[in-house]
Amino acid sequence: MSAKSAYRQMEESITLAPVEEQLADWGGGREREELLTLNMGPHHPATHGVLRLLVTLQGEVVRDIKPVIGYVHTGIEKTAEDKSYWKVIPVIERMDYLSYYFNAMAFCSAVEAIAEVEVPKRAQYLRVIHLELNRIMSHLVWLGTSALDLGAISMFWYCFREREQILDLFEMSSGQRMHTRYFQVGGVIEDIPRGFAEKLEAFLRVMPNRADQYNALLHSNEIVLQRLRGTCPLDAQTLLDLGVSGPLLRAAGNPWDLRKASPYCSYGDFDFKIPVGTVGDNYDRFAVRLAEIYESVKIITSALEGLPEGPHITTDRKVALPPRHELATSMEALIHHFKLVTEGMRVPPGEYYAAIESPRGELGCFVRSDGSSKPARVHMRDPSFVNLQALAAMAEGSYIADLIATLAMLDPILGGIDR
Amino acid sequence: MEVMREPFANVESGRRVNPETLAIRSVTARRLLRGGELEGSNPGAHLEEGHLEGERLERYVHERVLTTTLDKAVAWARSNSFFPATFGLACCAIEMMSIVAARVDVARFGFEAFRASPRQADLLVLSGRVSIKMAPIVRRIYDQMLEPKWTISMGACCSSMGVFNNYALVPADKFMPIDVHVPGCPPRPEALMHGVLKLRKMVQQDPDLSWRERYGALGTEEAPGSAHDERGARNGSDESSAHGRPVGSGALSGSSGRGGSGRA
Repeated sequence: MSAKSAYRQMEESITLAPVEEQLADWGGGREREELLTLNMGPHHPATHGVLRLLVTLQGEVVRDIKPVIGYVHTGIEKTAEDKSYWKVIPVIERMDYLSYYFNAMAFCSAVEAIAEVEVPKRAQYLRVIHLELNRIMSHLVWLGTSALDLGAISMFWYCFREREQILDLFEMSSGQRMHTRYFQVGGVIEDIPRGFAEKLEAFLRVMPNRADQYNALLHSNEIVLQRLRGTCPLDAQTLLDLGVSGPLLRAAGNPWDLRKASPYCSYGDFDFKIPVGTVGDNYDRFAVRLAEIYESVKIITSALEGLPEGPHITTDRKVALPPRHELATSMEALIHHFKLVTEGMRVPPGEYYAAIESPRGELGCFVRSDGSSKPARVHMRDPSFVNLQALAAMAEGSYIADLIATLAMLDPILGGIDR
Repeated sequence: MEVMREPFANVESGRRVNPETLAIRSVTARRLLRGGELEGSNPGAHLEEGHLEGERLERYVHERVLTTTLDKAVAWARSNSFFPATFGLACCAIEMMSIVAARVDVARFGFEAFRASPRQADLLVLSGRVSIKMAPIVRRIYDQMLEPKWTISMGACCSSMGVFNNYALVPADKFMPIDVHVPGCPPRPEALMHGVLKLRKMVQQDPDLSWRERYGALGTEEAPGSAHDERGARNGSDESSAHGRPVGSGALSGSSGRGGSGRA
């Protein structure tokens, strides 16, 4: 636990005795013990989506929080059972709508593991580039909206400026800004177009400077620091007990990152650091995410430099569509194309849990196959859902204003929580 | 054309410059821009009382006075100052935020003042999927907004349930009136912008301000003190009008003559 800031000490030194005496005369002194239940949401400007919090307050101090979820329940897992494997990807992507590449990646990895599909090296590198771009994008939206919650409106414009640049890159490689459906089982749908690498390089040159600017803006802002430093800390062991992962856990000092702990998708090839915090307060959560932006830029830079030549998707015709030009000459290719488009790929019976490191923590996808062309069960382990459990533990005993900051630093995505 | 700007007091001579001459200079500049000719050597002379008559007076007034109806002026003002409610549901909410950001910059159309309270808002952008659990809340937010109020259904989910189309979702048209549908999953910011401009055009055409009149839902008001299921039985009786409900409030008794004329 960090020492209380100067402002908090000053705040707590104020005595309210005259007011309390008057209150005691008026209501027999019971007001101080009386609890107030406050309903925040589902429509509330500071809840990052349609989250409803039943907050029990004693005065201004939060005593209990009960999150009520399910307001954007979309039935994604059930819908996935009714679609063939390649049609599941767009549905899964819409789950956690700020990390769509990660959703697709988790699902594709699970299916690839069951079907034992080899992903070409170039596809893995392209995946890493897009995953890390997505991580930066997700952190930018988090930073912009969180700063908005803290009252710093200008951060929103700066962050969305860079976000647009990333979305331009996504649009260039896949044709869509959000929910790109770029990752396929066995690779990526298309190779990057001409000019993508140059545009990406230009972005990579700019991004660290921009992140420096965010740092300069926020780290020299006394109001932001006062609101974040020392508020709502939670130690690493409690976070682990609650199942929390990702930047929240790393902020408390535990360097757990699946990219390092169990490297998938060629993450072992790259040299990057895992930013960790010390005490696990809101400031650490904020600083860890900001530092991750730099590391992601480093990963993308080395992935772009070492981008190997080769196919962008597996050549297994039972899994991936044959190239377009083969359809005119090869009967076999035509049959494969027809079977894949009408029925979809068949996956041998089996089950697998694939976990990756999303911007919010461990994003897992469990897929069970019964041998048909549709998954028998798809279950997502969404980090936002698990991380939300820690909100009550973090914010109990703090002021309600700190609850808003904590919720912002928790970065829950309700689409992922409710699915 | 260069508009001359002079200090109010001439430094060299110390002579005060009449502020009116400044105004006249700018009027002259505007006239030159339109291709008109300067009138005489001293263009300000005719402004003195009684110097304008007949055609010149007509022209003077025509160039300076804009005539319109009050309705149109109000509709123009209203269409350029939407106050959207800060209300995001899912993926589309992120794209809705990005139209406020610098690239698309919806502030050009007076749209950027997002209001946290539905009481202060007059536009609800339904940005994302509406689940069955969320639908009553969305409807409640809509009911809390003051008339005249407008809605944009953004994205495929709340227009048609989109890619999901399953048990959990409900299209927004099922439980509330929608003025403009913006397709896409999610729509690009430009697409939402197009929807906003469509709505702007619609509001400029002075449609019926009450949504019940616009969509033929007169008579569906909830009477104070009467439950929903009682209404059918009490309809048409004298008792109903005693409760302050509009006379002839049978279900869907038809809109006024202008109903739906403003559909974009």
